[in-house]
Amino acid sequence: MLTENLVALQVVVPLIFAPVCLLLGKSRHAWACALTVSWLALGIATLLVTRVATIGTQSYAIGAWAAPIGIEYRVDMAGALIIFIIAAIGAMVMSYARRSIEHEIAAENSGYFYACYLLCLTGLLGIAATGDAFNMFVFLEISSLSSYVLISLGTTRRALTAAFQYLVMGTIGATFILIGVGMLYMMTGTLNMMDLAQRLPGVDDTRTIRVAFAFVTIGVSIKLALFPLHLWLPNAYTFAPSVVSAFVAATATKVGIYVLLRFFFTVFGIHFSFVAMHVGEILMVLAVVAMLVASLVAIFQDNIKRMLAYSSVAQIGYMILGISLATSAGVTAGMIHLFNHALIKCALFLCMGNIFLRLGSVELHDLRGLAQQMPWTMAVFVIGGLSLIGVPLTSGFISKWYLVSAVLDAGLWPLAVLILLASLFALIYIGRVVEAAYFSKPDPTAKKVREAPASMLIPAWLLIGANLYIGVDASLLAGIARQGADILIGAGVP
Amino acid sequence: MQGPLGLYNYWIVIVLMMTGFYIVIARPNLIKKIVGLFVFQTSVFIFFITMAKVEDGTAPIIQEGVNLYSNPLPHVLILTAIVVSLATTALGLALVVRIRESYGTINEDDIHVQDEAS
Amino acid sequence: MSAATTLLTCVAVPMVMPALIAALHRRPNAREAVSLLGSGCLFLMVFSLLDDVRQGSLPAIDLVSPVPGIKIGFAVEPLGLMFALLASFLWFVTTVYSIGYMRHHHEKRQTSFYCYFAIALGSVMGIAFAGNLFTLFIFYELLTLSTYPLVTHAGNTAARRAGRMYLGHLIGTSVILLLLALIWTWSLTGTLDFRAGGILEGTVTPGIASVLLVLFVFGIGKTAVMPFHLWLPAAMVAPTPVSALLHAVAVVKAGVFTLLKVSIYIFGIDFLGQIPATQWLMYVAAATIVLAALFALRQDNLKLRLAWSTISQLSYIVLCALMVSPLGIIGGSVHIVMHAFAKITLFFCAGAILVTTQKTRVSEMTGIGRRMPWTMAAFTIGALSMIGLPPAAGFISKWYMLLGAIEVSQWVAVIAISVSTLLNAAYFLPVVYIAFFHAPPDAPDRVDINEVKEAPMMILLALGITAVGTVALFFLSDLPMALASQLVGGSR
Repeated sequence: MLTENLVALQVVVPLIFAPVCLLLGKSRHAWACALTVSWLALGIATLLVTRVATIGTQSYAIGAWAAPIGIEYRVDMAGALIIFIIAAIGAMVMSYARRSIEHEIAAENSGYFYACYLLCLTGLLGIAATGDAFNMFVFLEISSLSSYVLISLGTTRRALTAAFQYLVMGTIGATFILIGVGMLYMMTGTLNMMDLAQRLPGVDDTRTIRVAFAFVTIGVSIKLALFPLHLWLPNAYTFAPSVVSAFVAATATKVGIYVLLRFFFTVFGIHFSFVAMHVGEILMVLAVVAMLVASLVAIFQDNIKRMLAYSSVAQIGYMILGISLATSAGVTAGMIHLFNHALIKCALFLCMGNIFLRLGSVELHDLRGLAQQMPWTMAVFVIGGLSLIGVPLTSGFISKWYLVSAVLDAGLWPLAVLILLASLFALIYIGRVVEAAYFSKPDPTAKKVREAPASMLIPAWLLIGANLYIGVDASLLAGIARQGADILIGAGVP
Repeated sequence: MQGPLGLYNYWIVIVLMMTGFYIVIARPNLIKKIVGLFVFQTSVFIFFITMAKVEDGTAPIIQEGVNLYSNPLPHVLILTAIVVSLATTALGLALVVRIRESYGTINEDDIHVQDEAS
Repeated sequence: MSAATTLLTCVAVPMVMPALIAALHRRPNAREAVSLLGSGCLFLMVFSLLDDVRQGSLPAIDLVSPVPGIKIGFAVEPLGLMFALLASFLWFVTTVYSIGYMRHHHEKRQTSFYCYFAIALGSVMGIAFAGNLFTLFIFYELLTLSTYPLVTHAGNTAARRAGRMYLGHLIGTSVILLLLALIWTWSLTGTLDFRAGGILEGTVTPGIASVLLVLFVFGIGKTAVMPFHLWLPAAMVAPTPVSALLHAVAVVKAGVFTLLKVSIYIFGIDFLGQIPATQWLMYVAAATIVLAALFALRQDNLKLRLAWSTISQLSYIVLCALMVSPLGIIGGSVHIVMHAFAKITLFFCAGAILVTTQKTRVSEMTGIGRRMPWTMAAFTIGALSMIGLPPAAGFISKWYMLLGAIEVSQWVAVIAISVSTLLNAAYFLPVVYIAFFHAPPDAPDRVDINEVKEAPMMILLALGITAVGTVALFFLSDLPMALASQLVGGSR
């Protein structure tokens, strides 16, 4: 009984508890509530993944209104993977959050913070769970609106402008998606994704569908910060509270990529998207430029959170590159990197949170000699950084391996060289931080700091542990990703 | 009515949309940006609602002797979208208030200057 | 203990030692006893594998597979065993030397020095016993990363700059070129196992094989083939034991070892002969031999002169790996051992001079042979071996290399080897000459200028062992020769 409702519970549980957090207000109970719900969501997600793996795609009719009339929630292997990583990141981030939030957010606002966090979680999980195009738009907006609020809670006033900038860009993106969905409805008379996929081939040679495709693509590209539509991202990640940077960086853009996958492969179909509309070539060029340019920009950043933000733009390039190949191997590589990057970036941003808690700054020159004082935190940074570079035995290497072999399978060896070149840039920007923290003499006037508390170190180390585990044995992840990719690609073939 | 102006509702949508979009991009005043955003979103709502109109159809309420109705579904969808849009606008305005409190201005260029200086 | 378990332990011991070393950081004596004990045990364990290999049984063990179809696994084969024996023996000697050097030189952060040193040696064991190219690559990268803190040990601006150069070259080449070659090979053949006779023959055209070979030769940046050689002189800012063991033996030899493995077990030497690029890459190696020797002539800093000499000597082995001649392969593999003993002796001497007299430049070393006769005697033996004169070990390997080159009529190689021999003499003999036969300068401490004031005992002991080893290997070259012959026999 319960297992059949897992799909709905996944979304509904955090939604219901969001207002509860608000009522609990500034007490620690709000945090306890958010923490419990986050772990509950992770538990549900784990059950869901196992269920999808054993039984197959899960479908759920909301309010018992059968699709295509009613709203259908539909979780296949691709969606389950996304749900799992979101829930896992959510649980880690919430376990970490208490000390950091007490430090960075005024006590009277903490109730709002936890409520918005749960709403954001709801939205993100909802996007991955729903099988309805309009419902996806609604969840996208739930997650976006709450993340604007979360970002605006940052410690400096620049968080406000960053949130405003994100709000404007994000709303334009969402409206573009809305237009696209409207046009699809106009031509097919349905909003259910599977239904859309069946009806579209009959009308896909019309201008309306092509325009709809363009609107959806651009709208989603803004949401996932595809170069050159990434301008909102660096400021948002830099000025948001540390916990929010970690959560949003690990989940929001990833979900954007999932939306793109859904529309390209499930709704429009691989033939229309990649053969008729040539979106593969366009995305490939943008992805490569993102990889190289954003990595290069990251090298010149002195604020490490901003550096990591640009690195995120570059890493999104890797994922999009895999997807743009439109092969099973390419999409698998994209999904593996999506998962791994979430782990890596979350750990790195949590590490920044630790440093900010003790040092009050994440500027490069304040970090000199920090490794002596915060060895465990900096060790997280080093392993996370190595993973970003793609050193063997870390998950980043696995991503790179799959991506490069996918590119080589497609016969595009110059791209392989560019991918590896971009990882060298990662070596430089990570190297700068390591050099400062480990091999520079601290400023004599700088204050002595202690290591971060265990409650903040353990979640970061759990993420690093998962990261290393995947680096040594990625067969489980690769199997799930391959299954997801095959479902996506197979679904598009009429 | 035929010809290029036959689908005049779309022309209205396009004009509104571009007006809104232009305001968002070109105006440094944050309030005006929000207004532009709102106009931009509203144009899409009009697009949905006019799309639902079936020629010679009546309002979708079951009545004796009527068998041609306009499509009610887009109306429902837009009701949701309006809520989203309202929330966005409210949040945007709240942010503008906070920005005004901490920067003393709502002009994007002035804010930029202050950020550069700090 | 079964051979496979021994194999795993060989890699694991140096990897877990740092934990023990770090725990003992307040008790230097215990810490260094652990280092000595660990390195000694490692050598004995590696030595115990020798019997298996001589009898032709090659123990192997597979662990996990990170990517389906690719395993992390270890296996013993003659070349790897030779390399592991060499590295573990010299690690023991270097540990003896380090204790004298680090204490006498009052180096800071000695605990982290010993920790990273152990990890580096663990990586070398991983490289030596890697069961396939993938495992080898993992430890190859680990070696780079674990030696980076040793290069930047001094913590000053010069060390940081050198560290950047070091990482930039080694990670850069390995990530862009070697990794690409690796993945490409995998996607062409579906395997990265080391197989006698190679895995590429029959699956790729000579054209693609050429590209792959170029990627491998330059991608293995640790071979220091020009133009990717500048990291080696840069790494000389590290403490002398690091330069001695890592940048004359372990790291650089890991590079040429990898290349030999690739040419024997991935390409197969017969297939290598059909690849057009082989010939051109040999010219590059030959040019590196001569040019690096010319650069060495111009260096006044003794450690830098030795570093340039290493670049030159490494390309001998690269040349051999590409020569398509079994005799050349034998010469190249034996040269790994011969050069290691000679070069480590020379570095030990340079370090001994530094701690005793604070001198680093050749031009300051006039008459130093009278003060430090034992040290300079060892230096002379090392120099003779580098030139290739009997009765030093370098003669043996050079002999086989020349024979190999003549066998396959590679006249460019013959000329490069001969010319560089002359150049070796030209940059080593003057050091010996001014040390022994020039009068010491008019120093204020003239009174005790002829008094013998040698380096600390531990240092002398270490350099004595390696110098004696250099001579002994000339007379007892059976073991490395037997292993190398087994290697060639296996690949045919």
